[in-house]
Amino acid sequence: MSLQTDADPLQTGEVRGTPDEPPPAEDRSAGHGRRPGRKILTYVVLIVLALIFISPLIFMVVTSFKTRAEAGAIPPSWVPDPFTTQAYETIMNSRGTPVLRWFGNSMLAALANAALVVTTSALAAYALARMRFAGQRIVFGLIIATLFVPPVILIIPNYLIVGELGWLNTLLAVIVPTAASAFGVFFLRQFFLGIPVELEEAARLDGANQWQTFWRVVLPLSRPALATLALLSFLTNWNDFLWPIYVLFSPEIQTLPAGLSTLQSANAVRYDLLMAGAVVASVPVLVLFVFLQRYLIEGVARSGLKG
Amino acid sequence: MATSAAQIREEVDTGESPTQRTPRRLVTHGKVTPWLFLAPYLTLFVVFVIAPIVYGAWISLHRYDYTLPGKPFVGLDNYLTLLTPGSITFDIFWDSMQATAIFTVTSVPLLLVIPLLVALVMNRSFPGRNVFRAVFFAPYVLGVAVVAVLWRYLLDRNIGLVNYYLEAVGLPGDIAWTTSVPAAWVALVGVTVWWTLGFNAVIYLAGLQDIPRELYESARVDGANGWQQFRHVTLPGLRPVLSFVTMVTIIASVNMFGQSYLMTEGGPGRATRTAIYQIAETGLRNYQMGSASAMSYVLTVFLMLLSLGVFWLFRERRG
Repeated sequence: MSLQTDADPLQTGEVRGTPDEPPPAEDRSAGHGRRPGRKILTYVVLIVLALIFISPLIFMVVTSFKTRAEAGAIPPSWVPDPFTTQAYETIMNSRGTPVLRWFGNSMLAALANAALVVTTSALAAYALARMRFAGQRIVFGLIIATLFVPPVILIIPNYLIVGELGWLNTLLAVIVPTAASAFGVFFLRQFFLGIPVELEEAARLDGANQWQTFWRVVLPLSRPALATLALLSFLTNWNDFLWPIYVLFSPEIQTLPAGLSTLQSANAVRYDLLMAGAVVASVPVLVLFVFLQRYLIEGVARSGLKG
Repeated sequence: MATSAAQIREEVDTGESPTQRTPRRLVTHGKVTPWLFLAPYLTLFVVFVIAPIVYGAWISLHRYDYTLPGKPFVGLDNYLTLLTPGSITFDIFWDSMQATAIFTVTSVPLLLVIPLLVALVMNRSFPGRNVFRAVFFAPYVLGVAVVAVLWRYLLDRNIGLVNYYLEAVGLPGDIAWTTSVPAAWVALVGVTVWWTLGFNAVIYLAGLQDIPRELYESARVDGANGWQQFRHVTLPGLRPVLSFVTMVTIIASVNMFGQSYLMTEGGPGRATRTAIYQIAETGLRNYQMGSASAMSYVLTVFLMLLSLGVFWLFRERRG
């Protein structure tokens, strides 16, 4: 499928703010009733559906500010009364569930992993995009082939390899093994190939060596791609669940998702505590999402169009 | 950058640089340079991707119990045991494969159809469209642990929101969502749809916006109604995206783990313990790594067959 790059003469741009006259192609509904009353009704239905869809998240936040009794009360309440931060204080101060510590672990691991992914992928992708060497095809082919290897195959042997390295129960176990990203190399290589080579040649004529060209010309031009890759790696690492619960044992070395699992087995029906923990695990990704929504959604959307 | 614009323009015009290099690549580098650039990536790649693939196959040919001294070579025994009805691992493994199959067969169709409906609605321009898009995508960024812990609360048999509102509208309000089948499957599939619907919808939406408008124009001129336009313009136009989404969704469903681990703990009994869950437990809790590795290779073969099936389904058909 080709991405439309040149302007389509029929495409008159987005007609925003004039909901009564949507561009013809955007009107895919069989209904031809263009009456304003019907429009408003559709709109109301949409808003109600969206509210229902998002209500579990609202309830999660609401519950985290309830007392223990109110979190288990019937009928359920949508406004905490009394409003309390008791649940947060409890999970942050109890020895078995050091939530702040988990937060720090998750942050450190996700940042370190994203940095490793971006650095190693960018260097490798540049060599594959702009240099010539014996075995180039084999190296690239091998990297792409691993895109199709199911992660489950790697779990058992990687557990043993990480064990041999002495990394079990350390954050290195959740930072390093996933840092060689085949997707990262593929994605950045595509981007580098799209940069006009003349820019790099001009730099070379000015006496820059390969490294300086990469560092001063290519990387600055690739900021959006690097940011997207960093964001995706951060989110993936932040939310990873299966691997951390098996390779991290001690309470103080958990990441947030693994910690939530610990929290749940320790406090099966203390839903006030569980929701507080869930909110702590959600805040950073939701903040990232709100500010970088465009990047993220565009990145996901584009992934489906490369077919 | 002291290069003059004229110099660059000259290179663009002639299509080659003054030093007669091939236009698409810089070849003035030492033999070692590319390998220096590749070294950090390849080191990690070899140690944590290539070596484990080979090592895993080797482990699966041994009675590799982490807790026992000596790891005797047993050939294909681990595989044969998995294929011998009546052996303990046979039952455990194929029960878990069945759980994975139930989940995949029920969740994939829903995850293909519902996001498409959402995308079709979102594909019309109306004020606040991006807000709606963000709302539907939001659960996806939270990750499985948050989603599963949250829904275990909402689905609590006694104090959960779901049963409370079911009762409020006159339906049975004491369903054991996480501790009985088939209710547990309904819960796991429903939660997964809620969690990942936005991801597929966003990909569909991009695909819809890629369909040339004049196709709809000419369909309308030919007198096609809404349904016919969908059938003959939208669906064919979405085919590549549809095959991508199908593939990604199947792979994600076969890899389901966290929902089951946190919401139902694989229960009741082992009813909702998926293949991934079983492999992880066998290998990393019971330390029977030979058997677990064999299981992971068998699961991989199934995944590959499934992928081939999807490719075959979505191939270009003549006529």
